[in-house]
Amino acid sequence: MISDLFSVTVLVGILASGIRLATPYLYAAIGETFSQRSGVLNLGVEGQMLLGAFAAFYVALTTGSLWLGVLTAMLVGALMGLAMAYVTVNLHAQQGISGIGFYLFGLGMSDLLFQKLMGTVETVKGFPKIYIPGLSDIPGIGEIFFSQNILVYGAYLLVPIAWFVLNKTTLGLKIHSVGENPDAADSLGVNVARIRYFTIILGGTLSGLAGASLSIALLNVFQQNMTSGQGFIAVALVYFGAWRPVGVLGGALLFSMINSLQLWIQIKNIPIPSEIAVMMPYVLTILVLVATVSRVRAPSALTKPFEREN
Amino acid sequence: MKKFAWFMTLVLAFTLVLSACGAPATTAPVEKFRVAVVMPSAINDLAFSQSIYDALVRVQTDMGGPDKFEIVYSENMFVVDDAAAAIRDYASKGYNLVIAHGSQYGSSLQEIAPDFPETSFAWGTTVDTFGQPNIFAYEAASQEGGYVNGVLAATLSTSKVIGVVGPIETGDAKLYVDGFKAGVAATNPDVQVNVNYIGSFSDVALASEAATTHISAGADALTGTAQMVVGAIGKAEEANALWFGTQSNQSSLAPSIVVASQVYHWEVMLKEMIGLIQAGTLGGQSFRANLANGGEVIEFNPGYALPADAKALAETTIAGIKDGSITITLP
Repeated sequence: MISDLFSVTVLVGILASGIRLATPYLYAAIGETFSQRSGVLNLGVEGQMLLGAFAAFYVALTTGSLWLGVLTAMLVGALMGLAMAYVTVNLHAQQGISGIGFYLFGLGMSDLLFQKLMGTVETVKGFPKIYIPGLSDIPGIGEIFFSQNILVYGAYLLVPIAWFVLNKTTLGLKIHSVGENPDAADSLGVNVARIRYFTIILGGTLSGLAGASLSIALLNVFQQNMTSGQGFIAVALVYFGAWRPVGVLGGALLFSMINSLQLWIQIKNIPIPSEIAVMMPYVLTILVLVATVSRVRAPSALTKPFEREN
Repeated sequence: MKKFAWFMTLVLAFTLVLSACGAPATTAPVEKFRVAVVMPSAINDLAFSQSIYDALVRVQTDMGGPDKFEIVYSENMFVVDDAAAAIRDYASKGYNLVIAHGSQYGSSLQEIAPDFPETSFAWGTTVDTFGQPNIFAYEAASQEGGYVNGVLAATLSTSKVIGVVGPIETGDAKLYVDGFKAGVAATNPDVQVNVNYIGSFSDVALASEAATTHISAGADALTGTAQMVVGAIGKAEEANALWFGTQSNQSSLAPSIVVASQVYHWEVMLKEMIGLIQAGTLGGQSFRANLANGGEVIEFNPGYALPADAKALAETTIAGIKDGSITITLP
């Protein structure tokens, strides 16, 4: 019954699940925010996440070091970002198409490596939960906010950092100017190519980390295509969040909370067909998007390659 | 003497070479049976796709190895159009049997099969052959293993709450879940079964969160079907909740908590199909794997100390389903 949903267990469960589910979206979408702010649409996020997830898992499995796994995932993501940057900045490739190319590369490559190097689904001991002293004992709140693993905390810490970099630093200003009017930025001495290289590589690094958060912190398992479209949802969340880290956080939390709510709706036998329940996060996110985002404008130079005029 | 030795060696070598050449010609050439299979996930997904691949490998071993029985496969064909292209490709390359292992491939197969009347096709899991003479249909009575798992889960659960993580409420998954619920209800009607369909066969993150949700709701025994449950098994292990597997043997993922797995042994069906094909019948029949015909087997995890009375109950249940004294009523 509906009233069953309003119990402490359920509320705590929904919030704690929502916070965990939002973690990979946050890493990937914050990274994507940087590249889109500078005018580059990277649709390869999903592929970067998959390769990152595999790299982290395989390194953690073979070396036993989770941090080495995280570093490898970030490096792999950065390399894919570097390739993407070369293709879009130097070769002026159409961004949507090349992004899908990088997605397919990541999907196939992670699968191939998994087949050749592992061959079967295995598990690792991932990052343990960290109980923040004092705070984790608070009933409810403690379980929701202060009993998560380190990569979950990291994702939320990233939001204010990204906000600060984008809004309060010279670098943020340069990124903004490159994304709005690259010609003007160029005439003022901003190196457009260098800024875009930086944001795309940063985006790749964070997408790799998003993958690692799945494979060695939240799920502790690698399976082919395990991201299951999360990278594309991350791209959508950047639009949803109107290219602001706080907006992205709101979108990621809304989507994840509704997803965990629908899990409880089914468990509590509320008479809604499961097909409707699993649709809810998508439908509600679209509704909120329609209601709020129509006022916000995308970076003017988004998807436009920059060519310096002589 | 030395010359004679050389001569003898030469003669010996010559005879050997000749006999080696002659050997195949003297016995009747055995034609290699060639099978191609198209599946939605990977051959090592510890679930649906692995079940058919492992079965084919067992058939290959029984039929005399890769020289007598060739297996080729296309995995991760989650895009139906790609699968259709692969099916058509294999058929045009003259494979004896082309298996479309996924109910989503049905309409593609219906279109392709009439173009290749000499090729035999198999489609699972379903009962529908579209009335075509060159399509076999196969399915698993997965409710039977589900029922046995349900009986065990109801016996072993102390919290009297059991959680189920399913993909989409249809086909094989629905049969398994409904059978599981029937098994629980028949054993102890007071045990509550919470079912969660997550709407995806691949979303490992959501499946794992569904398992966590079940555990928060009090479940101490979990089950689930399809390949995305690997995430859920990990969460069950962390919470020390029991896990009941299906489709493939899932004990290796969490040796301490997996109690038993229902494993599909499709080779029983495959061998019948191959026999028919070799006798000239290319399709038109449907097969069903169940406990009685050995197409389904309950494999207990030796690493889990299952109490003797629970194991005895499971075995009585299996015997009862086999001889028909237990009938499973599905909603």
